[in-house]
Amino acid sequence: MNRHVLSMHDLTADDVTRVLDTAESFREVGSRVIKKVPALRGRTVVNFFLENSTRTRISFELAAKRLSADVINFAAGGSSVSKGESLKDTALTLQAMGADAIVIRHSSSGSPLQLTGWVEGHVLNAGDGTHEHPTQALLDLYTMRERLGRLEGLRVAIVGDVLHSRVARSLSFGLVKMGADVTLIGPPTLIPPDAPAWGVHVNYDIDGVIPKLDVCYMLRVQRERQRLEYFPSVREYNRLFGLTATRADALPEGSLIMHPGPMNRGVEIDSDVADLPQAVIEEQVTNGIAVRMSLLYLLLGGGGGAEPPAGRDQVEALRD
Amino acid sequence: MTEVLFRAAEVIDPATGHEGVTDVLVAGEVVEAVGRGLESHGAEVIECDGLVLAPGLVDLHTHLREPGYEYKETIASGTRSAAAGGFTAVSSMANTDPVTDHAGIVAEIRDKAAEAGLADVFPVGAVTKGLAGESMAELGEMVEAGVRMFSDDGMCVPTPRMLRNALVYAKAFTDEVVIADHCEDASLVEGGHMHEGSHSYALGLAGRPAEAEEIVVARDLAVARATGGRIHVLHVSSARSVELIRRAKAEGVRVTAEVTPHHLVFTDDDLVGYDTNFKVNPPLRTAEDRDALRAGVADGTIDVIATDHAPHAVEEKESEFDLSPPGMIGLETALGAVLTHVVAPGIVTLPRAIEAMSGTPARILGATGHGGPIEPGRPANLVVFDAAERWVVEPPFASKARNSAFTGSELSGRVRHTMLRGSFTVAHGKLSR
Repeated sequence: MNRHVLSMHDLTADDVTRVLDTAESFREVGSRVIKKVPALRGRTVVNFFLENSTRTRISFELAAKRLSADVINFAAGGSSVSKGESLKDTALTLQAMGADAIVIRHSSSGSPLQLTGWVEGHVLNAGDGTHEHPTQALLDLYTMRERLGRLEGLRVAIVGDVLHSRVARSLSFGLVKMGADVTLIGPPTLIPPDAPAWGVHVNYDIDGVIPKLDVCYMLRVQRERQRLEYFPSVREYNRLFGLTATRADALPEGSLIMHPGPMNRGVEIDSDVADLPQAVIEEQVTNGIAVRMSLLYLLLGGGGGAEPPAGRDQVEALRD
Repeated sequence: MTEVLFRAAEVIDPATGHEGVTDVLVAGEVVEAVGRGLESHGAEVIECDGLVLAPGLVDLHTHLREPGYEYKETIASGTRSAAAGGFTAVSSMANTDPVTDHAGIVAEIRDKAAEAGLADVFPVGAVTKGLAGESMAELGEMVEAGVRMFSDDGMCVPTPRMLRNALVYAKAFTDEVVIADHCEDASLVEGGHMHEGSHSYALGLAGRPAEAEEIVVARDLAVARATGGRIHVLHVSSARSVELIRRAKAEGVRVTAEVTPHHLVFTDDDLVGYDTNFKVNPPLRTAEDRDALRAGVADGTIDVIATDHAPHAVEEKESEFDLSPPGMIGLETALGAVLTHVVAPGIVTLPRAIEAMSGTPARILGATGHGGPIEPGRPANLVVFDAAERWVVEPPFASKARNSAFTGSELSGRVRHTMLRGSFTVAHGKLSR
């Protein structure tokens, strides 16, 4: 596997399968009374979060802690980045502290790649600007495979602001890599014009697509001021692209409703729809921990083709 | 009086059309004689076998950063960089702090340049006070102080109304006054960091689309046509802009245009590693755009190759891509880049390249002592270079800055000597100061 995971392009289809298979065995750890294995004892994982994200940070923190790694949280408020230090200086500081892996979340696209030029540890992208969010894509792939039994041939719609969504980019690249059939839906102002070159379809009519879906993946609508340049109102957005109760009814039996969170209830997804049994939004969160454990384990501890740990003894044996 | 004899140089002097091996004798500040087999008479003899001797290069677009941003570059370090690159004159942009929008700053910049003595500096005046785009700067006073070019570079002259008034107002002065515009529509490039296209979508970087430039180029050409004023299009980057300028020239619109060496060499493919040294405004575009720019230089649609030398501090460029300021340095790599990527492949002839980097910019600036012709009695502003010498671009540079996208790449063509009014600023590849 690649030394760093910055983009879904860094992983082959086999890598993805391996991450998901390994996550499968780690998910069992999360259901124990003592949710911890010693796989990464003595290793240091730095959560370098320069953009607020409680959910992703906690997920990575739990993942590293359940692997017994030492975890340092380095957040924007308390860092020198907010005081004018360059990204490189901060990176060198983290390096000097002996970070084995740096999990970076940053509002600037490309910052994880820049980081790899300055540090020796593994770099994991936990979301960079409007670029990519590969661990979100992996946990989504895990959830789909878990629930539907396969990824190949799945018909998935990703609905919303694809242009500004790192989740949509990583998930599109990941799904295409695994042989799924992806359709991007949203206001044309928010769909990259060259998206077909990614191997996906583009459609502006959600109602025509919904009856043929295995997964309807809703993106969060950014509520900032610039939204008004892209579509006229939340009301019209909901009418044209929101997952309303009527549309949810039109989804085939057994299909899934997914959302990376946090949701805007009543905007991209109606409140009642978010609470339907086929909406697996909390499951995505739970699976996120296992997938991040898997990735940290494969990068830091169990790389080099080691088998995924079947149980506690084997994990202990694989520790280096 | 010191005398220098450049012996058996391949002299290329586009102003006279001279191309061929000959000797050039310099006495004091001027060219004394040009011809074969000149006697040295005790002059310092510089053997120029296999070397090109040309008029000193003239950069129409340099950011010297002083006053105000001395941590990026100073007049002394910037003109040192110019000399190292074979330039004898540079035109310094007005986005200093305070802005170069009145004669006092113009005089201050000239004085500091004279003190450094490494290259003549022709300050560009701001079109609008404080570059704020709202009220016209005192153009008349600056024209009296010798300024010929006005620009709000870094930003577009915001409204066609302001551009129109400036072009009309300038008619009160010499006919040579030119308004140089940074052609990018502010609303279309707002928040953008690179050319908008497949790479920007995949990299998750907001784009600066080509039409942002084309719209303003078309606007400026319309205003120039209507007013009869002279405009200069700074750093053209899009193929369609080249075509707009080509057609306007055919109609007789008074327009000149420039392109940077980096737009002639790089494309948006080079941004996939988020290397901030490739972040420039206007952005590096596609290979088709780059090829159209090269063709534009070859056929004269693009008059000038200018560096847009834009120094930034190391820590400013070692930041996140979207937070990094746009611009790269260019004075020390311009000649090598043009020779390697445009002349060597046969796209542009060497005399045409020299004309675009010397005679034409000198004429636009009113820098009468620069850009040739190399004739007796003319100021000895000269460059001697080895077009075949290969070198790898590596910091440190003579510039204070090191934000060059050429770092690590091999160029062919290196300056041996630069002479400013008879004195070496660079001799045998070494800066005199």
